[in-house]
Amino acid sequence: MTLQTVLLVASALFSVGLYGALSQQVVVMVMMGLELMLNGVVLAAAAFWWFLSPSPDGQVLLLVVITAMTVEMAMGFAVATLLHRTAGTDSAESVAELHG
Amino acid sequence: MSVLSGIVFWVLGALAVGTGVAVFRVDSMARASYALAVSFAAVGLALLLVDLEFVGVVTVLMMTMEMAVMAVFMVMFMGMNPALMPMSMTHGTRTPAVLAVGCFLLLGSGSVLVPWPTREGSPAADPTASLGLALMESKMLVMLTVSAVLFATVVAALCLAAARTRYDRFGDDLRSRPVDPIRGGVGR
Repeated sequence: MTLQTVLLVASALFSVGLYGALSQQVVVMVMMGLELMLNGVVLAAAAFWWFLSPSPDGQVLLLVVITAMTVEMAMGFAVATLLHRTAGTDSAESVAELHG
Repeated sequence: MSVLSGIVFWVLGALAVGTGVAVFRVDSMARASYALAVSFAAVGLALLLVDLEFVGVVTVLMMTMEMAVMAVFMVMFMGMNPALMPMSMTHGTRTPAVLAVGCFLLLGSGSVLVPWPTREGSPAADPTASLGLALMESKMLVMLTVSAVLFATVVAALCLAAARTRYDRFGDDLRSRPVDPIRGGVGR
């Protein structure tokens, strides 16, 4: 277990998430892709913290990334609810705007 | 890092990536959410290998609950049993796949080829305690900012998701006249 191997796994997670975020139609599935990308970021940040500079600053950065994941999920669910109410769909392609 | 830690990491890494791929390969959204939960749990457990107990446990607990909420949303929106209804809803897979492979090659080659510096310092005896102290002392501004952001998220999510009711008299344009079915006031 080295920095390079952990970063390779994190790169794979990020790339898989990128594929999902770009390819999926359903809003919830797009959110899953974004979550997977942030999952890779969390792993990479943990590796940098452990292998390069194990100070509390790195852990604080990890908490910020986890907060970003939470915010993304909450706002994503809210937008999905709004889309379902106004347009009756859960597909990102079926809506051209987010006008309430 | 011991050999055992390395083996455990590779198992967890393969599990995280494998279930991450499965998220977009399985034919139901329920299975996709379960696969994503397993991927997050594997990363959370991998964090425990580098003494990030607090962040690792938070990741596992938060993502498990998040995927449970996601399953509820899927049932609510799709109006069917998503575990039994196969689906394939993509824009197309070729271009995203090419971009994802390119992204992996770029990031992966950077991971391997960059001459990373050696570690400076050593981790605290209790990383969780040091994180708590940092948040309450030198990194207090981060904590305050995160708190405000989370509160703003709650308000914004409610504004987006809540149904418009009879109290919504103005719509989106607050400068216009309210649309009331019966005008109120003395001079009606």
